[in-house]
Amino acid sequence: MTQHFTQQVTFYTEDHEWVTVHGDLATVGITRYAAEQLGDVVFVETPEVGKTFKKGDEMAVVESVKAASDVYAPLSGEVIDTNGELADAPEKVNDHPETEGWFCVIKFSDGAETKGLMDKDAYYEFCKGQ
Amino acid sequence: MANQVSEDLRKTPLHGLHESLGAKLVPFAGYEMPVQFEGVKPEHLWTREHAGLFDVSHMGPCFLTLREGVSEDPAAHDKIAAMVEELVPSAIATLKPGQARLTVLLNEDGGIRDDLIITRLPDEHQNGRLYIVVNGAVKDQDWAHFEQKLAGRAVVQRADDRVLMALQGPKAVDVLKDEFAGCEDLSFMRCMLAAWGGAECLISRCGYTGEDGFEILIPAAAGEELAAKLLKDERVKPIGLGARDSLRLEAGLCLYGHDMDTSRNPVEVDLQWVIQKSRRERADFPGAEVVLEALSNGPKEKRVGIRPLERAPAREGTEIHVNGEAVGVVTSGGFGPSVDGPVAMGYVRADLAEPGTPVELMVRGKPRAGEVAALPFVEHNYKR
Repeated sequence: MTQHFTQQVTFYTEDHEWVTVHGDLATVGITRYAAEQLGDVVFVETPEVGKTFKKGDEMAVVESVKAASDVYAPLSGEVIDTNGELADAPEKVNDHPETEGWFCVIKFSDGAETKGLMDKDAYYEFCKGQ
Repeated sequence: MANQVSEDLRKTPLHGLHESLGAKLVPFAGYEMPVQFEGVKPEHLWTREHAGLFDVSHMGPCFLTLREGVSEDPAAHDKIAAMVEELVPSAIATLKPGQARLTVLLNEDGGIRDDLIITRLPDEHQNGRLYIVVNGAVKDQDWAHFEQKLAGRAVVQRADDRVLMALQGPKAVDVLKDEFAGCEDLSFMRCMLAAWGGAECLISRCGYTGEDGFEILIPAAAGEELAAKLLKDERVKPIGLGARDSLRLEAGLCLYGHDMDTSRNPVEVDLQWVIQKSRRERADFPGAEVVLEALSNGPKEKRVGIRPLERAPAREGTEIHVNGEAVGVVTSGGFGPSVDGPVAMGYVRADLAEPGTPVELMVRGKPRAGEVAALPFVEHNYKR
């Protein structure tokens, strides 16, 4: 059953994605920590609108000067929008990873999946241990 | 993204310096090495504009000496050169004192065991000894190969307990001439002996970036001091392996184990220029039959530059298609900061090797437009 979030809440994954949920929609990107680790981002392959993913599926690819890294779906659901601006301006992922550098919006199918995600404080502690 | 490194890894004498500079360390060729300091892109661009200092002590510097030792007699050079020419297809006998040459170590079937730089020592009292630098990842097997093939005739003295560093970029010469007077007079692929803080060094005008620069072989303790001193110069920054790779890729230079290996002969790799005319005529190097056949009839596949025309990089392993048919594979690929776009190299069928030939690059299953491109992507800036 879909859980609706009446207030906007941001969660984090152990793969360094952020996911901001509001209603039954979730905006996804990679965290500042991840962007710094990757270095200069030169290309983002965002998922196609309409595609559905299970939590943990490979959903997008972010390419830095160094390497290609997979981005995993933080929640199960259907992609309803992607950030088209990244095609010409992938550096937004470095400059504003947690705002303008968003990857896609998912209409999620199971809000209970957010229980496995971290809040900001937990994620901060997690990064310290990396 | 955990940054864990096995304890079995070797450390170069500059390891402490890398740590103090905040390097991100990764395993590479059996060593714990800095992959980046400030970031691949800024380090890359810095090297092209100023001077970058690279620790390449993981590589395989060595000396190969006649069993009976060195001599003032130039005939001793001819003798050691003749031995090495049993293993490589380049003319070593004709090297002048202080001259270096890129060559390849060949198998009996013409496959490439390694690429290496062989230098005749500049000191005319040391005829009969060659300075050789092989790749770090295969140095033990290369040295075993020398010892086996030249058993009882020559001695291998490994020098990988020393520091081997490269100072690369247009400002390298101005920085280094204050430490090694006379190095500014060396031309590309020439070497001199020098002393620094009482330590004997070999300074070679060569590198792996396409830029002017030097490689310096220096004993460990002096090397630590020299590296620290060079880094105090505002024109010099430390550069990691990440930028080393993007610099050499833009310069069209091969990485052993990726762009060539024992399955490739020098003609396919487009390194036929390392085989001088005298050696072609004598046809007395390992795999000569295969290599000379490829030279006269043309290779089946050829190494070429590949330019992805979209923004997605085509990395190693990307299939190259023409009209839906697989015609080759990318062997090195990534983003070129100086080109400001993706660059790659790889192999294609020889009839498709002409620059400008349109290809499709199968990036994660999707065809992306690309074309065969002339190498290098960035003009070489050597001191001729």
